[in-house]
Amino acid sequence: MKMENHVSLEFPSRSANEGFARTAAACFAAQLDPTLEEINDVKTAVSEAVTNAIVHAYPDTLGKIVLKLRLRDDHSLEIVVRDWGVGIADVEQARTPLFTTGNEERSGMGFTIMESFMDSLKVRSAPGKGTTVTMRRKIARRMGR
Amino acid sequence: MPVAFTEEDRCLTAAVSGELDHHGAKEVMQALDRRIDEALPRQLTLDLGGLTFTDSSGIAVLLRAWRRMGQAGGGMRVVNTPAQADKVFQAAGLGRIIRFE
Repeated sequence: MKMENHVSLEFPSRSANEGFARTAAACFAAQLDPTLEEINDVKTAVSEAVTNAIVHAYPDTLGKIVLKLRLRDDHSLEIVVRDWGVGIADVEQARTPLFTTGNEERSGMGFTIMESFMDSLKVRSAPGKGTTVTMRRKIARRMGR
Repeated sequence: MPVAFTEEDRCLTAAVSGELDHHGAKEVMQALDRRIDEALPRQLTLDLGGLTFTDSSGIAVLLRAWRRMGQAGGGMRVVNTPAQADKVFQAAGLGRIIRFE
């Protein structure tokens, strides 16, 4: 059976949408029959990426965030979080553990968590234009499917 | 994002429950700050048994409480950490700094 399926969600950069976004991603990923740990990994990575967009992309305004989820034929989930905010001048620096431009409520560990919970993480950004975070995670095929 | 406090013999226990993300982290931090400053406990126990989700926002909350307890001359331990939260904390290396039991 072809696994391909996708969904696209658009929402404003309100912090109340962090919970919505990760829960929606978990519901969509359920089609791959993931374990609880796999579902939690997806929720955590989506929460980090969406929180980054809410906190950093639009520091003083509300802006548009798009979350795209795609099931791929290789039994993996692709997660894309896109914003049209301030962008990141130095992506490598932003990905360094403990680096943050946020206040003391931020730990600087967002990208580190995304990297360790996902199989791959790609960050494309241009100052003034926005940021696209693309993550992939393979979901193991289980016996009895 | 409720935090329930109990106190006995200058040992403060704070039970954090629900989902701890950026949206709710500030409230939890303020509640912890306030209570630590009032009670000046020798020991803070963070009970995460009711925590259903956290992300790196939880890391910031734990580090802040740990620092504040250090400044106040007390100790801190974290108990009943659920698997999801534990994976987040260990990915950040928190186990090298904070006592998890």
